[in-house]
Amino acid sequence: MEITKDQARFLLKQMMEIRYFEDKIMELLSKNIAEGGSHLYAGMEAVAVGVISSLLPDDYIVSTHRGHGHAIAKDGDLKALMAEILGKKTGVCKGKGGSLHLADLNKGNLGANGIVGGGLGIATGAGLAIKLKNRSQIVVSFFGDGAVNNGIWHECLNMAALWKLPVLYLCENNLYAMSVSVSRASCVPQLEKRAAGYGIPSDCVDGMDVLAVKEAATKWIEYVRSGSGPCLLVCNTYRYYGHSRSDPRVYRTKEEEKRYREMDAIETFAKKCVKNGWLSEKEVQELDAFVRNEIEEATDFAIKSPLPDPSELYTDLYA
Amino acid sequence: MREITYRQALNEALDEEMARDPDVFLMGEDIAIYGGAYGVTMDLLKKYGERRVIDTPISEAAIVGSGLGAALLGMRPVVEIMYVDFIGLAMDQLNNQVAKIRYMFGGKCTVPLTIRTEGGAGRTLGAHHSQSLEAWLMHIPGIKVVMPGTPADAKGLLKSAIREDNPIMFIEHKMLYNLKGPVPDGEYLIPIGKADVKKEGKDVTLISYSRMLQFSLEAAKVLEKDGISAEVVDMRTLLPLDMETVCASVRKTNRAVIVEEDTKTAGAGAEIGMRIIEEAFDHLDAPVLRIAGADVPMPKAPNLEKLAIPSVESIVKGVREVLA
Repeated sequence: MEITKDQARFLLKQMMEIRYFEDKIMELLSKNIAEGGSHLYAGMEAVAVGVISSLLPDDYIVSTHRGHGHAIAKDGDLKALMAEILGKKTGVCKGKGGSLHLADLNKGNLGANGIVGGGLGIATGAGLAIKLKNRSQIVVSFFGDGAVNNGIWHECLNMAALWKLPVLYLCENNLYAMSVSVSRASCVPQLEKRAAGYGIPSDCVDGMDVLAVKEAATKWIEYVRSGSGPCLLVCNTYRYYGHSRSDPRVYRTKEEEKRYREMDAIETFAKKCVKNGWLSEKEVQELDAFVRNEIEEATDFAIKSPLPDPSELYTDLYA
Repeated sequence: MREITYRQALNEALDEEMARDPDVFLMGEDIAIYGGAYGVTMDLLKKYGERRVIDTPISEAAIVGSGLGAALLGMRPVVEIMYVDFIGLAMDQLNNQVAKIRYMFGGKCTVPLTIRTEGGAGRTLGAHHSQSLEAWLMHIPGIKVVMPGTPADAKGLLKSAIREDNPIMFIEHKMLYNLKGPVPDGEYLIPIGKADVKKEGKDVTLISYSRMLQFSLEAAKVLEKDGISAEVVDMRTLLPLDMETVCASVRKTNRAVIVEEDTKTAGAGAEIGMRIIEEAFDHLDAPVLRIAGADVPMPKAPNLEKLAIPSVESIVKGVREVLA
């Protein structure tokens, strides 16, 4: 796929932002500066960035329990996101949501979710609203390989196909639903085949290659926007960290982890940028330093931010 | 005043709100061509077309979940769950998504979603089509639970529900659909969260809602003949509870009897009764009494079904005990 120098820089920058953001959260968790848990997106950056960079600004996304990457890619404010994960007043949800509930409706992010498959209904309903209002936006419904075995997944794909709703169902297949591998959880492990049951098209792409994701996403976003109905796009990817911080990763091998690290989306793409003349090595290094600094600033902001006022306990419950 | 049925009143409410606001649309199982399992949405398809009166697959989770998604984008969906017994299929969507999303997102969204359903016993439909599950729903901060007991309230409360920017569980009663009552002509709203004194009295307060309101009013008539003056408070909304109206009545009569169709243990009456004890204990001349559903799955046999819920007789008997 041909891209401009600016596009290359943008894709690389966003992927770096996600990676360093997640590495920083791992650090904060291990130092007990961040309490609670977090499901980290490191390793999967090419999917969020490849897909969301192909949307228009007023399109919508619905995210998952592993949602930091989606939030950053959907023009999220790094400071407000980091503060939210630490439960601070300055967080994007005023500290009431946390890692599992990052949302920014003004930017079209209809929210992460603490329930696997919990966002499918929201995405489908957003698609219905767009159709009823005769608008041209679309919705990307992110979910993992675990969610496809939830009942609501089937309900929503059927409903969206039946009513030709403008929803791109985007499966991030990172091979494991917590500890259970796709082949141990799904009788047909080629998840894209399930689309046949709803009479919608599907596709499967290397989710470690941001340009491959972007190319496929661009094609299917166009299809969905044209009014042809929903489709199912599976991105094969890998999460570097465990499911959450307490995960000893006994269900996969060190060799497998190494193999995926060797096809790291960011390193691979940075090399491609240099090779194709989109960015010089110096520019890549400068970008890397710039992003690291951004993350430090966001972290500093979040740590220094106050907790919500006690009076906030009972606000925002009802409109 | 003209008299129409509870069913017609609900239909008018939907019709008027759809005419008033193009963002209002209906979605649910068998609501369009069929007109709803209990006929509440009859003829609305003809008037508003299939884009606004939508038959869905049997997919309760997706009905509630997509109602939420559409509400987040500014629509005002009125979705129907045919029987409240089916809400279990959508409980994650209701409890984890619909109810919590505004709070979790720091108040940065509104959820103008109405979930219409119906519940209760009386048609010998057995354990999967006769339940009263309001107590489950009262335990979910973020939604409101509305249960009208008269045609006039049904219309005014449904119109208010549709205009609310909060998610509403609107639970009708299958045995009230044919009930006729006075309903004002033209536009009016009944506020959500306000109880209503349906009959004034001075000796005892009967607190009820939905079909049990009708039973309580009948019981009050029977008691009147014995010279017992019962005040009847209709909760109308169970979440939030209007304890001000309840306690004002209890302070006047000094006795409280709660009449509820749901199963007694951890039921709606447990909450109302405890709140009376917290807020008006010093005014009570007798323990608060609950006349409630039996703690059993609803049986099919008509005699057992009647025994499983309060009756006018059991209410009268209870009041006499409290006054003894």
